[in-house]
Amino acid sequence: MNGGKRLRDSILFGLGLALMMAALYMVFIYVPTEKNAGIVQRIFYFHVPVAWVAFLAFFITFIFSILYLWKRVTKWDAIAHASAEIGVLFTTLVLITGPIWAKPAWGIWWTWDARLTTSLVLWLIYVAYLLVRSFATESARGARYGAVVGIVGFIDVPVVFIAVSLWRTQHPTAIIFEGGLTTPMLMTLVVCVVAFTVLYVLLTIQSANLKAMQANIERLRNIYLE
Amino acid sequence: MENLGYLMAAYAVIWAVVFGYILFMQRKQRRLQRQLDRLQESEDTAKTIDNE
Repeated sequence: MNGGKRLRDSILFGLGLALMMAALYMVFIYVPTEKNAGIVQRIFYFHVPVAWVAFLAFFITFIFSILYLWKRVTKWDAIAHASAEIGVLFTTLVLITGPIWAKPAWGIWWTWDARLTTSLVLWLIYVAYLLVRSFATESARGARYGAVVGIVGFIDVPVVFIAVSLWRTQHPTAIIFEGGLTTPMLMTLVVCVVAFTVLYVLLTIQSANLKAMQANIERLRNIYLE
Repeated sequence: MENLGYLMAAYAVIWAVVFGYILFMQRKQRRLQRQLDRLQESEDTAKTIDNE
């Protein structure tokens, strides 16, 4: 790794760490407890940023999948693949933290309402993406098929987002855009969103570097075997 | 402080999964580095044989 990239990663790591510390301080000390929902409402400050990162990750996969199919640059496929992996990881967290919050709030762990079901479908689509990649006998073919799934699968992201407006759901509507948050709540949420976005960038860079390294090893091995 | 357990569980799961993924990447990096070193060694051996 060259000096510039090392410096960039160190800055990102320091920034991410500082933001995450600030986020934890704000969630557990700064922000007041919501009157009706009680202390469990604080799950909101990590649940929403985790969902945001999942959407962002799938959007990056969508963009870099298009770019890969167009120009066939291996590095772009590595970014798309890394981003999808992190998207699946964060969607898993959404699907775990959601029910943990739902149980005390609604009295049930899960319900098949539109937001929850489309989120589960989103998770399944990108798990399929990862399976397509891992089962491909040839890495270039896996990259091509994966890119197609990465593009088509993204259709579900806006559906998940607008599900609460399109259908009557148990899941609340987006109160953030309706002015339903007090200033300390909004500030806490913004800090958490920024902290998780920096974490996403860091993880994607590291994961994409590993995937590019793996592709290079495979290429070298093939040259050597020939 | 009702439902504190749910709050702690949610945050614990998030950190456990994130740290688990970082650990997974670290192990993968070590494995890839070993593979790269082995390839380098094989290449060096092949060059030595060619020169002889």
